[in-house]
Amino acid sequence: MSIQEFVAPHSLSEAKGLLSDGAIASVLAGGTDLLVGVRLGTRSPERVVDLKQIPELTAIHVDSESVQIGAAASAFSILHNSDVPSCFPGLAEALDLIGSTQIQGRCSAGGNLCNASPAADSIPALIANGAQCLITGPAGDHQMSVEDFVVGPSKNALKEGELLVALILPRPSPQTADAYLRLTPRTEMDIAVAGVGVSLTLDGNGTCTAARVSIGAVAPTALLVEAAGAALVGTQWRRLRLKQPLLRQERRHVLFRISVAQLNIAHMLLGYW
Amino acid sequence: MNKPLNKMAVQATINGEQTAFLCSPGQVLAEVLRDEMELIGTKIGCNTGDCGACSVLVNDRLVCACLVLAAEVEGQAVQTIEGIAEGGVLHPVQQKLLEHAGLQCGICTPGVVVAAKALLEHNPNPTEEQARYWLAGNLCRCTGYDKIIRAVLDAAQQMREEAAA
Repeated sequence: MSIQEFVAPHSLSEAKGLLSDGAIASVLAGGTDLLVGVRLGTRSPERVVDLKQIPELTAIHVDSESVQIGAAASAFSILHNSDVPSCFPGLAEALDLIGSTQIQGRCSAGGNLCNASPAADSIPALIANGAQCLITGPAGDHQMSVEDFVVGPSKNALKEGELLVALILPRPSPQTADAYLRLTPRTEMDIAVAGVGVSLTLDGNGTCTAARVSIGAVAPTALLVEAAGAALVGTQWRRLRLKQPLLRQERRHVLFRISVAQLNIAHMLLGYW
Repeated sequence: MNKPLNKMAVQATINGEQTAFLCSPGQVLAEVLRDEMELIGTKIGCNTGDCGACSVLVNDRLVCACLVLAAEVEGQAVQTIEGIAEGGVLHPVQQKLLEHAGLQCGICTPGVVVAAKALLEHNPNPTEEQARYWLAGNLCRCTGYDKIIRAVLDAAQQMREEAAA
């Protein structure tokens, strides 16, 4: 195995030092992509820098303006946070679709983003919510949008010595909700063949006043589709009243009959208010 | 030329016991449990986190031991299949798997037991759908899953009755 050294720094500055002293180093969050890559030979770090002892990297901070999710926070901790799933049910649904319970116990939204698979589930949900990446490195801190962060299959915008610290999601305005759906051959434990993340804002009459649509797994990177969002603005929505919530399987059966562009719209009607 | 010994000393609590072991920086927990600690109940199936045969609990969190570096459990609590039965008494999940014949070759079973125990601690009253989705990361080649799920739901019911009594 290529890994010769394992370090678990307790501060960001210590971590940055370990990533810029010339060693062939990789950060470690959940390890659910890195360790698989090391076994396959596609990743070969000599030094592994575990980020999980650095408070900013695992903290989930919710205030009136934004939700900040540490890049190494596990999907499980995000899903069981008291505020994040209700603020962003679509992002929660996306994270809940990644892998298995075991994988979600370790994998992170930051890692899913940095790994930059074209089919990553969290990325369209992050883009739909206008998420920003908080990055730090030798030249200091800066932010960029998630849609700009992924530059190609398995390629992200981090430069030498930089690391992703957190994802910052602006709190949705009232009457705004998000959703994520994907098409997969199997029911679980599968990779998206197509994925859609949507954030929708309605006014008091049920008219859409704002929308962001992001699609995944159908291009080299997840895409923000501005034309799709613009097409939804001005459309009229009616709330469906269900006698009881549909089973996950029933929802999938119903929704597979609708084209991908309408999939997320129907899903959002099914009770995220 | 002599290569320097590149081992790390790790201290962790394994199945309730304070333990120390040596590992290479790149060694995963599944390998160390089996080869250093001789806790061979944890099985290695796929080594990519897809099959769940290596399921263990780290700080009560269900994970695949093949995707945790052994060095990461410094100061943490690990529970393996060997730590599920207490004082020789089988956990209800184990007992019900036997009663319902929820295993054949048994290679997936340690992972299933650990995962099901974690499910019932997280949600003592899962629906069948919830149990199936929680256990979706535990693949079984033999049983077709039906008897596993019946056993887990039966164990859940027994545990709820015992808690209420």
